Amino acid sequence: MPAIGFLLVALLLVWLGINLVKTPADFASVGLEGLTLGLVYGLIALGYSLVYGILELINFAHGDVFMLGSWISLSVAVHQIGLSSSSSGFAVVWGLALTLLVAMAFCGILNVTIERLAYRPLRNAPRLAPLITAIGMSFILQDVGLNRLGPAPVSVPNILPTGAVFSIGGNQYRWASLIVALSTFPVLFLLIWLVQRTRQGKAMRATAQDQEAAAMMGINVNRTISFTFLIAGALAGVAGLLYALYSTNIRYDQGFQLGLIAFTAAVLGGIGNLPGAVLGAILIGLIQQFNEGLSWHAPSSQWTQSIVFAILILILVFRPEGLLGERTPEGG
Amino acid sequence: MTQLPDYREPWWQRWTGLLGEPRRRWRAMDDQQRRQARIVLRALLVAVVVYISWPLALLVVAIIAAQYAKPRIPARYAWASRALIPTLILVVAVTYPFYVSNLHAMRLFGAFPDVNTAVIMGVYVIMAIGLNIVVGYAGLLDLGYVAFYAMGAYTCAWFASVQFAKHHINFGAVGVAPNTPGIHISIWILVLLAGILTAIIGIVIGLPTLRLRGDYLAIVTLGFGEILPQVANNGDSLGGFNLTNGPNGITPIDAPGIGNVSFQTGYNSFFTGPRLYFWFVLVLVMITVFCSLRLRDSRLGRAWIAIREDETAAAAMGVPLMRTKTWAYATGAFFGGVAGAYFASFKSSTFPNDFNFNISAFILSMVILGGMGNVWGVIFGAAFLAYLNQEGLANIGHQLNQTFGTHLDVPLYQFGIYGAIIVLTMLIRPEGLIPSARRQAELHEGVADEPLYDVQHE
Repeated sequence: MPAIGFLLVALLLVWLGINLVKTPADFASVGLEGLTLGLVYGLIALGYSLVYGILELINFAHGDVFMLGSWISLSVAVHQIGLSSSSSGFAVVWGLALTLLVAMAFCGILNVTIERLAYRPLRNAPRLAPLITAIGMSFILQDVGLNRLGPAPVSVPNILPTGAVFSIGGNQYRWASLIVALSTFPVLFLLIWLVQRTRQGKAMRATAQDQEAAAMMGINVNRTISFTFLIAGALAGVAGLLYALYSTNIRYDQGFQLGLIAFTAAVLGGIGNLPGAVLGAILIGLIQQFNEGLSWHAPSSQWTQSIVFAILILILVFRPEGLLGERTPEGG
Repeated sequence: MTQLPDYREPWWQRWTGLLGEPRRRWRAMDDQQRRQARIVLRALLVAVVVYISWPLALLVVAIIAAQYAKPRIPARYAWASRALIPTLILVVAVTYPFYVSNLHAMRLFGAFPDVNTAVIMGVYVIMAIGLNIVVGYAGLLDLGYVAFYAMGAYTCAWFASVQFAKHHINFGAVGVAPNTPGIHISIWILVLLAGILTAIIGIVIGLPTLRLRGDYLAIVTLGFGEILPQVANNGDSLGGFNLTNGPNGITPIDAPGIGNVSFQTGYNSFFTGPRLYFWFVLVLVMITVFCSLRLRDSRLGRAWIAIREDETAAAAMGVPLMRTKTWAYATGAFFGGVAGAYFASFKSSTFPNDFNFNISAFILSMVILGGMGNVWGVIFGAAFLAYLNQEGLANIGHQLNQTFGTHLDVPLYQFGIYGAIIVLTMLIRPEGLIPSARRQAELHEGVADEPLYDVQHE
């Protein structure tokens, strides 16, 4: 079995190598876009990973929380504050900062409420029970999105500057992409600091390891889990805003599709492992962009979803603990 | 067990625990109180159904009465007590096309479903029973059941349409002019063939993935459920070969037939096309129910239930995990394929867009609402939700709009309603409306809004 796995990876590398030799400029610019997209995916994947680490629950509704994050970002930034492609730099900075806060708070509180409403009553039930309610919650949220956004994609104005930072062989790398990519870093460092260095983070790690033992040590397990959902939701809010700015196009079912992609990323990196989630997301982002952007024998975008799922299945079959994961998933 | 006050919860969060309240009350009751509560609930049910439609209420009362009569029938006539309710339901179902036009419209729900809708309900019943084998019996959450349905539908489409126009094959197909291009094989053979092919696909999918833990398995099946429709969508030029005709789908597909009577045209005003479709879907449902019940009580079925309840213990008792799970998967897939093939022939078309994740979740909510593990519950859940999806919700929306002068657009709320059904069922009555006794005991074990410092069950 491992031989087949290595063979597949080798084939992938050969394909990438040939593309690199044939069109190096395309390869570089597509790779940069993939990196940007991967960082946004990383924020969503972290939400899955955090929750899985602490509850061993695949929070199906997470993708839809992210989608509602995009929606609230759109309605705050564009409809309430009135940002548009011609807004001044000052207005854009403060408007987006405010939008970010609102989106984080909204998604965080939404996620906490979902946990309290649909998952906590089933904490001691068979494992599949909360997974099923998670699917139900995902449907409900998706329906809310459908009612708010309508069935068609909604376009978001180019709030961020669209000029080129630099161009490689005629392919521009936009300022918008750069800003989106750079904004993910502070969030990631803040998260790592929170989980590794603070008291609350310690409580989260302890709860992830053993809920009962954590409770005996005086950790309020329910509150810690709520806090984890709050953090995961806030990350989804950030991702919602950044994705809306990056792709300038949001849909009511983006939560389902990107959520599954992000979940794949979390599994690829090793679910429950936070750096792994980001690594996996970057890899998935790269694969997606290479698939859609390269010219030599690339299957193109109509196969993206199949490829992502094929990766998911292959990872689960060959290396279920993921790239960085240990056999027992633990947060932090 | 004394219920400790959940004093750590802030006041503003306490309302969110209200959904768990009915279950807490129920658990606190003793047997006497539960019996009384059950009588009150049944009376309420009958009252509501009488309000909606009295013929329906008659059926409900008859079923409840039969249930009361069951333990009072002497053991000598055990077969009669077992056959009582199924026979009742079967008679009502078989004669349905004769009296449906004479029934008054239901309150709130509008007209009774016509025969065509009933065929669709039957197809969904077969699929739900198939999924119930995987989810209800073996406890493997399958979120990609639609892949099997798609596989069945496409098998039927390939071998009973003009898709492969190079060939001129006609084998038992009814109502197809001679020399029509394409492969045309009798639908009855195809229904079986689709089942077998789909079961093989199920085994192929299952072998590498079934060793995964429950929730990973759910995601992998979901992945397959997404990949197959995408293959169907992009399959109009797989290396230049047109396999699935892409987004345009394959249409028309031959209708089934007996002798030289095609179901499309019917025989006469008594044996009309829709009626024939309906009766034969009933036959398929009966076969499915029979297989499902016999399987449940077989050695294999008991192994499934053992795995569901405790995988480790089952393995220790010598149940071969992989083989047993693969069989559950293949059996579930078989019925999915059968239903898909019959449905494709009934609709006379198959499109990639018919097979998205929503269908998988829809079938899953039928199983959950009806009662995981109980065939009768699943039949009810499937028929009810399929009806809601086809006509019921639109009718209710129409009625509400007329009564209150609102402008609700029901399709916009459809999936929210299914989501709410799933969540509420899981929270309030996780064993479903008509539970299987065994599953009920399992789900009630430690399901409550209990604080964590109590004993924790896996």
